[in-house]
Amino acid sequence: MSSANHHESRPDTLAARVKAATGISLAQCYQCGKCAAGCPVSEEMDLTPCQVLRLLQYGQDKYDEKAMRSAGIWLCLSCETCSTRCPQEVEIPKIMDVVRAEALKRGIAHPKSKDILAFHRAFLDSVEQTGRLYEIGLVANYKLRSGHFMKDVMLAPKMYVRGKLGLLPHMIKGTAAVKRIFKRTLGSKG
Amino acid sequence: MRIGYYPGCSLLGSSREFDESVRAVCETIGLELVEVPDWNCCGASSAHVLDHELSVALPAKILAQAEAAGLTEVLAPCAACYSRLIGAYSELEKNPDHRAKVSEIIEMPYTGAVKVVNVLEVLERFADVIQAKAVQPFARKVACYYGCLLVRPPKVVNFDRPEDPQVMDQLAAKVGATPIDWPFKTECCGAAFSVTRTDLVAKLCGKIVDSAVKLQAEALVVACPMCHSNLDMRRPETNAALGKDLQIPVLFLTQVIGLAMGIEPKKLGIQRHMVPVAFNAPTGAQA
Repeated sequence: MSSANHHESRPDTLAARVKAATGISLAQCYQCGKCAAGCPVSEEMDLTPCQVLRLLQYGQDKYDEKAMRSAGIWLCLSCETCSTRCPQEVEIPKIMDVVRAEALKRGIAHPKSKDILAFHRAFLDSVEQTGRLYEIGLVANYKLRSGHFMKDVMLAPKMYVRGKLGLLPHMIKGTAAVKRIFKRTLGSKG
Repeated sequence: MRIGYYPGCSLLGSSREFDESVRAVCETIGLELVEVPDWNCCGASSAHVLDHELSVALPAKILAQAEAAGLTEVLAPCAACYSRLIGAYSELEKNPDHRAKVSEIIEMPYTGAVKVVNVLEVLERFADVIQAKAVQPFARKVACYYGCLLVRPPKVVNFDRPEDPQVMDQLAAKVGATPIDWPFKTECCGAAFSVTRTDLVAKLCGKIVDSAVKLQAEALVVACPMCHSNLDMRRPETNAALGKDLQIPVLFLTQVIGLAMGIEPKKLGIQRHMVPVAFNAPTGAQA
């Protein structure tokens, strides 16, 4: 595939960012639609995976923005059904990761991403603080971030009696090193 | 024989019975598990959504710790941990020049000396021992559910068939179970949306559970804590979405093997499931 594909010719297109971050060329996709056909959540999406790819192939700001503003990109579960079945072996979940990260960076992520992001941020907060995931801390932090205070309140006692809730976080010895990993990666990008 | 062991966070909390049953089965088949010292979280389904570098650095740190401890192979029973660990390993194999940057981030040398294996892969090596020790055959019809992360992406995991995998079915058959042929082996359960989009999880799990019951399976067998908690803990929501009351239990493969080998159900954490592990006809292994 030539490097002169128009959507990668300018360094500021989303396609060029995908290429730089993952090595994947959007020109590989010939829009067969197999990804959307097999995706377990495509019927819930405003834009299906192949439509997101199509928008990126144009290499135009308005279409890049449309992809970044979509709600569907936040529903991708990274289950890899699409990439497994893609005749061109396009690793679509990796592209979704880049599109989501760009949408966040530009502050144009779809409002429906709020809860999903709150969960991921609460998850990573716990890992940053203790080195491991502290499940009770994750749920409490998620409730604070999302405002869904009543979510699953009936589940905790059932989990507790089955010994499925560790009441105290596990602090690892290397907590400081883990914090520095966060600072050098996620933290360095604001 | 010994192997590195990375339990991961779920196995210390919501999926304790997976850890308990892996340990019990490995002890019985003579495989010593050496826990990776002072391991950290792999970042699971969250790190890659927010930052790619972080999602590689966290697993790389774990593998570097294993390497420093002289381990050459690490078993990660949790399918999500397995996926993140082998994903990072594979990426750093493909781009050896990224290793220096990662080593800098994790403050430890990473050379790619440690291989990552899943629980099915490890148990397959002991298939004959498992068969020989299965004194109480698990004589049930089972639906083996692999989920996404054990078999995909095929180029990264390089394990079994991505669309119709066989290893779990073969292992279940070794201990007397009859695996059914069914179409939902690798359909996604909704994974990390358990809390944020429970409605979606209920819908996806509904298709899986309903199909297994229609094909007369008596138990769903899994090898992933996320699949397990969605199929077991989210059963009330799943049943509500289906408008049915399906009570098919969900067991970890290591629990099925453990029961067949005559290990005490409590040692395998059978009592920890939300959907009770109970069967109608009094044949085969009883929990």
